[in-house]
Amino acid sequence: MRKYYLLLLFMSIYSCTVFGNNHSKKNDPNLPQANAGLQLPAGFTAIKVAEGVGRARHIAISPQGTIFYKSSRLVNGKGIFQLIDKNGDGIADSVFGFGNYIGTGIAIKNGYLYASSDEEVFRYKLDAKGNVINPSQPEKIITGLINRHQHESKSITLDDAGNLYVNIGAYSNSCQVNDRTLHSPGRKPCPVLDSAGGIWQFKADKLNQTYGNGIHYAMGLRNVVGLDWNNQTNTLFVMQHGRDQLHDNWPEYFDEKSSAELPAECMYELHKGDNCGWPYIYYDPMQHKKMIAPEFGGDGKKSTTDYNNPVIAFPAHLAPNALMFYTGNQFPEKYKNGAFIAFHGSWNRAPLPQQGYYVVFVPFKNGKPTGKWEIFANGFSGKEVIESTRQADHRPCGLAQAPDGSLYVTDDVKGTIYKISYKK
Amino acid sequence: MIKKVVTGVYILAMAIMVSSFHQNQISASIARGKQVYNKVCLSCHMIDGGGVPNINPPLAQSSYVLGDKKRIIAIVLNGMTDRIAIDDEYYSNNMAPHSDLTDEEIANVLTYVRNSFGNKASAVTAAEVKVVRSMKK
Ligand code: HEC
Repeated sequence: MRKYYLLLLFMSIYSCTVFGNNHSKKNDPNLPQANAGLQLPAGFTAIKVAEGVGRARHIAISPQGTIFYKSSRLVNGKGIFQLIDKNGDGIADSVFGFGNYIGTGIAIKNGYLYASSDEEVFRYKLDAKGNVINPSQPEKIITGLINRHQHESKSITLDDAGNLYVNIGAYSNSCQVNDRTLHSPGRKPCPVLDSAGGIWQFKADKLNQTYGNGIHYAMGLRNVVGLDWNNQTNTLFVMQHGRDQLHDNWPEYFDEKSSAELPAECMYELHKGDNCGWPYIYYDPMQHKKMIAPEFGGDGKKSTTDYNNPVIAFPAHLAPNALMFYTGNQFPEKYKNGAFIAFHGSWNRAPLPQQGYYVVFVPFKNGKPTGKWEIFANGFSGKEVIESTRQADHRPCGLAQAPDGSLYVTDDVKGTIYKISYKK
Repeated sequence: MIKKVVTGVYILAMAIMVSSFHQNQISASIARGKQVYNKVCLSCHMIDGGGVPNINPPLAQSSYVLGDKKRIIAIVLNGMTDRIAIDDEYYSNNMAPHSDLTDEEIANVLTYVRNSFGNKASAVTAAEVKVVRSMKK
C-alpha cells in the first residue's frame, strides 16, 4: 500500500515536471522567431545580427560596412564594440571592444569614427577598410561638458561643413527650485540653460574644445537623444524628450490621464539661435499649442506664441532615442528622405500602461513631415501590455543605415542589434 | 492540575490574540501604505516595484529596502541624489524629499514596500520615523 502511494506521488511529480518543461519550451525566448520577433510592413524582414554584449545605445556604419555601437555599460573595461563577421554571413561571430568609457553617441564622417562619453567627444581615424587604426589612442575633440547624472548622455551628429553638434541635456525636469518636488516653483531665468538644455556646435577636427570654443547653437531643449543632419534641407533635426510629472507635482491642474498624455514628444528643425522654450513651456498635442508650464504660472490652459514650433508632435513620454533620415535605395520610394525614429518606450505614463518600444516612420515631402507617421517596426518589448518599463524584453535605442540601404536598430536592454531589409 | 491547564490555555490564547492583533495591525499598515505608494512613489518605482532601468532603482529585492530601516526612512524624508551604486547599478534621476508625508504615512508606505514585490521584512513604525525626522540631517 505504502509503496503504491509513493509510486503515485513520484508519478505526479514526474508528470508535473514534464508538463512544466513543455510549457516553458513553447515560450522559450531562445528559440528563433520569425523576423526576430518584430512586426514589419509587407516585404520587410528582420534578423538579429548580434546579441548580449553591453547596452547598445547609438550605432554607426562606415561606407565600407564596418559596424560600431556605443554601450552605456563597460564590458571587460570596453565601451565601444565593432561587430566582427569573419565568414561573411551577415551575422556577427564576435565583437571587438575598445574605448574605456561608457556613453551613447557615435557617428562616422569623412574617415573618422566619433564617439562620446557623458562628458567628452573623441574621434578615431579609420583605415581604407573602415577599421579603427588606433583604438587605444583617440583624439579628444570636446571636453568638460556638464554631467549631473540626469539626461547626461551626449548624442552627436555632423554636417557637411566640418561641424559637430552635441546635445547637452538639462540636469532637471522643469527647472524647479527643488527638482521633481510638489509645488516647487520654476527658476526664471533658468540657470541650467547657460551650460545645458540645448545643442552646441563645435569643429569636427579641433582638439580639446569646450564651452568657450563652441557655439550655443539652440537652446530651450530639455533633453535630445535622437538627432540627425538632414542633407536635403541642410539643417539639424532633433527629437526632444518632453518633461515628466505634471500630475505628481501639479495635481490641481493635471489628473493622471492628462499627465500621461502631456506633453508631446516633439521634433524640431533647428537654425542657429533657435529657442524651443524649455522649461517655460511644453507642447500640448491635443490643443496644438505651446502651453505655459505650471512652474511658471501655467494651469494647463494658458498658452503662448513665443518659441519654436515643432515640425511634428508625437504622443507623450515615448522617449525618442534615435532619429535617422533614410537616404538609401533598398526600401520603397516612399521611405526616401523620410525619418525613422526609435522610441525607447515610456515610464512616465503610470498608472496607465506604458507605450512606445517601437520604430516609427515619418514621411517627408520637400523637407517637411507630411503629418502622417506610422509604426514601422513593433514587437521589441515582446509583450502585449507593458505596465512597468522593466517588463520590456528589448527597447529600441539607436538607428543606422548600412551602405546597401538596410536599417540597423540597437536595443539597450540585451545589447541586441537588429537588421531590417526589404525585398520586392 | 486543572488550574495549571487553564492558565496554560489562557496564556496560549492571549499569545495568539496578541500576535494576530499585531498581524492585523501590519496588514492595515500595508493597506494604507499601498495608497501612499500609488499616489507618491508608483510613478517612478512602478506598479511592480521594478523601477525603470538606468533611471529609477527597483524596490523589489533591493538591499536598501530590505536593509537598515533608518536609511530608507531618511531617503523618503530627504530624497536621494547620491548617484551611488544600488545593487551594482547606477540611476540617473533625482528623488525629491517627501517630508510633507506624516510619520504615520511614511511608516505605512515603507511597511508596504518591505512586504510587497516579493520583499519580506519587518514593519516600520511611526515612532521609528519620528526618531529619524528629529535627527536633523
Ligand atoms: C521622481 C521619481 C521618484 C519618486 C516619486 C520616488 N522615488 Fe525613490 N528613488 C528615485 C531615485 C532616482 C532613486 C535613486 C537616486 C540615486 O541613485 O541617487 C530612489 C531611491 C529610493 C530608495 C533607495 C534605493 C532602492 O532602490 O531601494 C528607496 C527605498 C526609495 N527610493 C523609496 C521611495 C518611496 C517609498 C517613494 C514614495 C514615498 C519614492 N521612493 C518616490 C526616484 C523616485
